[in-house]
Amino acid sequence: MTKYEEFLVEKGLFITAILSIIVIILIIGFIFQQGFPAMEHVGILKFIFGMNWSPSDDQYGVFTMIIGSLGITALSLLFAVPLSLCCAIFLAELAPRTVRRILKPVIETLAGIPSVVYGFFGLIVLVPIMRVYFGGTGFSMLAASLILTVMVLPTIISISEDALRSIPVEYKEASLALGATHWQTIRNVIFPAAIPGIITAIILGMGRAIGETLAVIMVAGNVAQIPNSIFDPVRALTSNIALEMGYATGIHYSALFATGIVLFIMIIILLIIANYFHYKKKVVIGGGYL
Amino acid sequence: MLNLKIMSPKMSQKIMKGVFWASGILTVLILLVIIGYILYKGLPVVNMSFIFSNPIDSGKSGGIFPMIISSLYVTFIAIIVATPLGVGAAVYLSEYAGETNLVKLIRFGAETLASIPSIVYGLFGLAFFVVYLGLGWCVLSGGLILAIMALPTILQVAEVSLEAVPSSYREGSLAIGATKWQTIYNVVLPAAVPGITTGVILGLARAISEAAAILFAVGAALSVPISIFDPARPLPLHLYILATEGISLDNAYGTAAVLVLLVLVITVVTNTLVERYSKKMMGR
Repeated sequence: MTKYEEFLVEKGLFITAILSIIVIILIIGFIFQQGFPAMEHVGILKFIFGMNWSPSDDQYGVFTMIIGSLGITALSLLFAVPLSLCCAIFLAELAPRTVRRILKPVIETLAGIPSVVYGFFGLIVLVPIMRVYFGGTGFSMLAASLILTVMVLPTIISISEDALRSIPVEYKEASLALGATHWQTIRNVIFPAAIPGIITAIILGMGRAIGETLAVIMVAGNVAQIPNSIFDPVRALTSNIALEMGYATGIHYSALFATGIVLFIMIIILLIIANYFHYKKKVVIGGGYL
Repeated sequence: MLNLKIMSPKMSQKIMKGVFWASGILTVLILLVIIGYILYKGLPVVNMSFIFSNPIDSGKSGGIFPMIISSLYVTFIAIIVATPLGVGAAVYLSEYAGETNLVKLIRFGAETLASIPSIVYGLFGLAFFVVYLGLGWCVLSGGLILAIMALPTILQVAEVSLEAVPSSYREGSLAIGATKWQTIYNVVLPAAVPGITTGVILGLARAISEAAAILFAVGAALSVPISIFDPARPLPLHLYILATEGISLDNAYGTAAVLVLLVLVITVVTNTLVERYSKKMMGR
């Protein structure tokens, strides 16, 4: 091999490396270019804070959906965070080897099940249960957040377990040597030390919940309104795009891309916050959160 | 967390131990209930004729053969495109680049790609592949979107497994006069193959279960796609349409069961690979 060929290989590999950045620039470029006409037509503030979404009357406001997305996400984190943190502590501190060998693949499998299957399960099992016990149609914010809870569990569990495991063993030994019980050690030493990683885990879980589309469509009821209770139907930003793209034209089409822009910006903000906490997650081969 | 100050430390230790065990068990139960229910309802529908026949009356009855082919087809395109790109990028990051700002930017780029919601990929695919490049609703458009989605997974896992190759391997090869690329191609990459394979399978798993991203890109044809420019309907999309349009509950159960089985097979294969790989690495 000549030096020239070596040079070519290096440049070729360089191009594959910067491809991620090129693709992101393309994504931003195309979505903004397509969404801009609607933003201009409606006005950015009116688009974001408008309460009325009715394309047939030329009304495009996504505020109810922003509330819908955030509401579903917040509620699902309310269920998922305690459960997954307990599960992560269990995996990192308590579980015997054999139990761990069962639980890890279970969590990976939960992460791997297609979101449509979760949505289908919600539609067939969860919604009818809600209808019987809480009245109404059963399609509700609560149903959507329960399904999302299951979907974000693996993300939060894997990353926070990782964070808990990365705490130096001396911390734990010192605490135990002072006579603290295992639980006192977990609560006062291990858990506080792992907080940056745990916050990262929660934010990434939040990102997954905000971004989920079809599973939410199948159980949330999709009415563009501010919900009065958790039993009311809501519409998420993602659902808005998927539900109406099939027949949208003109400004309506552009408004759906603009909805995508709002969603994209929310995710970028989350990513920046996650990076701020600066927890360098170890990528474990075969880890559930990839 | 629970404030148990009034209790003795021993008591609270016992209670919390119970809470942690319970949460572990609950997680397993959730999986068992969901998978169990889908398989219990779906497996009776799945038989040879369900898998190998065409849908009749837009899926009311008949099988899911075109959807299985569609799924395999788009996933195949995604992997064929994403694997060389992801591995190439990983080789560059781990073997050529130092810790420069550009490398940090590339890593942030890959992270961002991994976090973009699938529906945003769907919008991008529609605007870029379907309309701008004029590919139309077809297997190729869907496959390319899925390739972009699988790229960060393959990149990240491949980079980790390349970094796990001991530097003595590289030094040995360089010492006998091999060039850098010869070393990478003949020594480093072969040693990292098991890890890279795992990354590819994880990317494949992401691609095969995706529906929202390809909603506006593959069309929804009910026939078997032959050329890459034919429209298609992969399994998750078929399940979504069957369930939301109330076409056929039985066939939806069957489709869901097939999807779950696929995921289970992929998980088992990945775990076996990882286990064998890590044993091999530890064994030395």
